[in-house]
Amino acid sequence: MNEFLAVLVDGLIYSSWLFVIALGLTLIYGVMKILNMAHGSFYALGAYAAASMVGYWLNHGHAAMASYGVLVVAAVLVGLIAGPLVERGLRFMYGRDEMVLLLVTYALFLILEDVIKLIWGVNPYFVSEPYGLLGTLDFAGLTYPYYNLILIGVAVLAGGAVTLVLQYTRQGKLLLAVIHDREVSVAMGINVSRFYLVTFTIGTALAAIGGAVTAPTVSVVPGMGVEVIVLAFAVVVIGGLGSLQGAALGALIVGLVRSAAVHYLPQVELFCIYTVMALVLIFRPKGLFAAADVRKI
Amino acid sequence: MTHTDKTPFILLGALVVLLALGPFLPKWLFLLTMSLGKGLVVLGLVVLLRTGLVSFGQGLYYCVGAYAVGSLSQFASVKNALLLLLAGTVVAAILATILGFLLANYRGIFFAMLTLAFSMIVYGLLVKTSALGSTDGFNVAPASLLGKVISGQGNQYPMFALACIVAFVAAVLTNSYLWTALGQLSSAIRDNEIRVEYMGASVRSAIHTKYVLAGALAGLGGAVTALTIGHIDPEMAYWTTSGEFVFVAILGGTGSVIAPFLGAIIFEFIRTYAYQYSPNTWQLVLGTAMLLVIIFLPAGLWSVFARLRRRA
Amino acid sequence: MQMQGNTSHVIRALSFTFCLVLILILVVTPTVAQQPVRVGVVTFLSGAAAGPFGVPAKQAAEVVVEALNSGGKVPGYPLKGLNGAPIELVFVDEAGGTTKQVTEYRNLAQRVDLIIGYISSGDCLAVAPVADELKKLTIFFDCGTPRVFEDASYKYLFRTGATATMDNVAAALYLADAKPGLKKVAGINQNYAWGQDSWNDFIAAMKVLKTNVEVATAQWPQLLSGQYGAEISALLSSGADVVHSSFWGGDMEALVLQASPRGLFKKSTVVLTCGETGMYKLGNQVPDGTIISARGPFDMYAPDTELNRWFRKAYMDKFGGVPPSYPSYKMAQALLGLKSAWEKAKAKSPADVDKVIASFEHLSFEGPGGKVTMGLGKGHQAVQGMVIGTVKHEGSNVTYVNIKHYPADKVTPPDGVKAEDWIKSGFKK
Repeated sequence: MNEFLAVLVDGLIYSSWLFVIALGLTLIYGVMKILNMAHGSFYALGAYAAASMVGYWLNHGHAAMASYGVLVVAAVLVGLIAGPLVERGLRFMYGRDEMVLLLVTYALFLILEDVIKLIWGVNPYFVSEPYGLLGTLDFAGLTYPYYNLILIGVAVLAGGAVTLVLQYTRQGKLLLAVIHDREVSVAMGINVSRFYLVTFTIGTALAAIGGAVTAPTVSVVPGMGVEVIVLAFAVVVIGGLGSLQGAALGALIVGLVRSAAVHYLPQVELFCIYTVMALVLIFRPKGLFAAADVRKI
Repeated sequence: MTHTDKTPFILLGALVVLLALGPFLPKWLFLLTMSLGKGLVVLGLVVLLRTGLVSFGQGLYYCVGAYAVGSLSQFASVKNALLLLLAGTVVAAILATILGFLLANYRGIFFAMLTLAFSMIVYGLLVKTSALGSTDGFNVAPASLLGKVISGQGNQYPMFALACIVAFVAAVLTNSYLWTALGQLSSAIRDNEIRVEYMGASVRSAIHTKYVLAGALAGLGGAVTALTIGHIDPEMAYWTTSGEFVFVAILGGTGSVIAPFLGAIIFEFIRTYAYQYSPNTWQLVLGTAMLLVIIFLPAGLWSVFARLRRRA
Repeated sequence: MQMQGNTSHVIRALSFTFCLVLILILVVTPTVAQQPVRVGVVTFLSGAAAGPFGVPAKQAAEVVVEALNSGGKVPGYPLKGLNGAPIELVFVDEAGGTTKQVTEYRNLAQRVDLIIGYISSGDCLAVAPVADELKKLTIFFDCGTPRVFEDASYKYLFRTGATATMDNVAAALYLADAKPGLKKVAGINQNYAWGQDSWNDFIAAMKVLKTNVEVATAQWPQLLSGQYGAEISALLSSGADVVHSSFWGGDMEALVLQASPRGLFKKSTVVLTCGETGMYKLGNQVPDGTIISARGPFDMYAPDTELNRWFRKAYMDKFGGVPPSYPSYKMAQALLGLKSAWEKAKAKSPADVDKVIASFEHLSFEGPGGKVTMGLGKGHQAVQGMVIGTVKHEGSNVTYVNIKHYPADKVTPPDGVKAEDWIKSGFKK
């Protein structure tokens, strides 16, 4: 029984991590129909920025508990700076084929990898104080740091916030209209360009938050964004592009399957995410929560 | 008025020029042979791209072709280069036929991600197979043709010549295919599948055929690469390898069967010079080069040539 | 007029002779003062392996070559450069995958006289046959797979670093000594050739030394995954006495950061066979009792010789107080091995490569980590002793206790025997 509970908790923690990363990607795709390969770079930027800012904060003897706030601030700053910059650049490419945009973001990813290396160098950065600060919890015969459990809270909060904004605020409903039909929205007088800018910034900030929240649990090294890209893509595709509930469910499935594999059959962990993706796509060709496609004859 | 397709003649001219100049450019032969191998894979991708499908899993067939060559050469002591190349192509084509039954139902990003998933699964299988060296892979024994060893010895020219001829044949055959009725369906399918079905053609079988062709070409490319490099490893099936092929396809453009080879050669040269002159920032150089091409030459590098020809 | 003509003749003759002598000096001197030897260095300059391995190796190359070129600075190596010829370094990034690396090796071979490099075992295996094909003297300094000289023999290829077999065999020997009652062993290794080979060697050695040892769990996270929550839970619930890990770089650091608050290091004894590179920055977070290997007698395990003292000081002076880690030591070892062979052969230029090769085979030389002998692979593969110790914090300092030295023949198979077979045979000599 204990083992089963451990599988559940580990799965939930991993799923939350995946969800926070995938949320920004699916949001950007849903609104702008751009698959952002540079998402991994924003994740890395968030991690590096968090490591630098929290490192600076703690070195100057400020309150350790406030370092959590600094993490979020670092991520938001990355979103506010990198987001609009990149979006303005991508603006020239709107209307082009989806795949071309994908390649532009891939080129951007390569460039950002070296930019990060030029700014922060290749040495690892550590900012582990926030991780151990909250103590640990003994559960199911194992010890879990509260930090990991709070990660679950962060995921729920992020997902909930985005859903609430979309469903219940005026701006959110306008955004839904833009998602549904861009041309008609423009015709109705909605400032679509501004919505694109805001969405891209929020998506970038979410990726950066993913990185910032991960930074205390790892050593921040170059190349940390690469692995995350494929994971985020897989979760988003499993859930159905542009669907938030899909991303949540996709993250949950992948996290739980992986956790079960690690506990019961570690050798298959390598195949987990791709097998899940392949199986989901075989039975639901457009992902779990696929939006209805309008066919033009 | 019938259209005379000049492409086979251009290809023939290119072949003759390359074979003639080859002995005078010993330092470039390796790079050119690698580019031709890559170009073959990209050729298959271009066939799919014309149909509106982007495959992020061509690395799968590239890897399978290479491993077929490696395994036959290492474990079955097959040394004939042509036989090895043929084996690589056929094995990849068979796999593509099987997977094509499933994949022909998918479009857009889902097609891309499903192909990616399959290539990553095969990557995982190879990583777990320690008999094949896991991620270290293993070396390919030198192959021979007409009694003479052509790879793994100092002279690059024989392998280069073989690659040129193989690429020429593949390009000419693909070009002929693209001019047939079934081949011309590509752009029709990309524009509007339903109308194609109304016309009486089967979209599914057209896509399946093209996928098998792409798989076979990728397998051939992988076989050529395996013989040239002399080493194979599972990274050939990793998604970043497939991503590189997609990039070269966009770089070259889809306008002609010559475009993939052009794109591959230019990509290899840019990457080599980036490594040489900026070892600390080659990713920056490569990414910037990519951006410039995408922004200023949206139809790929081939569009430059196409425009020049039209003007003439 | 005649007088002036005579004088001007003399002046003209003198100045002509002077110019002639000057020209002769200028022409002859370059051939007497030697042409530099161009050495290509291939190591990771980007990606995850740059920080822990590639850049320390590059920096060590810079330090050693600078000192060698000035002459008289390196203890035990009085001559300048390589037998008088200055060394010029050309760096190439090892990133990009094996196919790319073979291409770059061929390109590099056209530009340099010899090549030192390669951290990744895959790259080593792929490049090895090309060295003989192009007849380019190549020295592998770090890659760990024993397959290089087990699968084939080479003329132009040397490896001045020992294979990874000794890391894991020594770890097993150390544990058999330090924890005689151990029963259950668990592993967490990256799921690729390095991790698989490390684990296989370790568990095979363990089974020979303690026949009733059982594997509690073997975890296989993906390379560069960075998130080990589930794996750590599995290790904790497995009840293992010992946890073996060949994790390196960022993955190893993430493992330490994530596992220690959860008590893994208290529940089990953790062996980190690649742990040394993280100790400088992360030493405070590595709990007491952790067993650390530096893949040889390097860094904190290096012998207190003049050469080692010089190397550490020179490196730390140049790079802001950061001590050299094992890749730095191995690069220094490669350069000094090359120099020894070159000078033993009394080579005057890269054209004397055959003489250098003859001298390099079965050579013994001194590196900052102690003596290195080219004892395997028909004289092309180095062997060295192995050192392992346990972490103990004294105040705010990290020290190592219970340090054990293992002579080369105890942890390395004899020439001609494959590592796998040697372990299974019970370490038969």
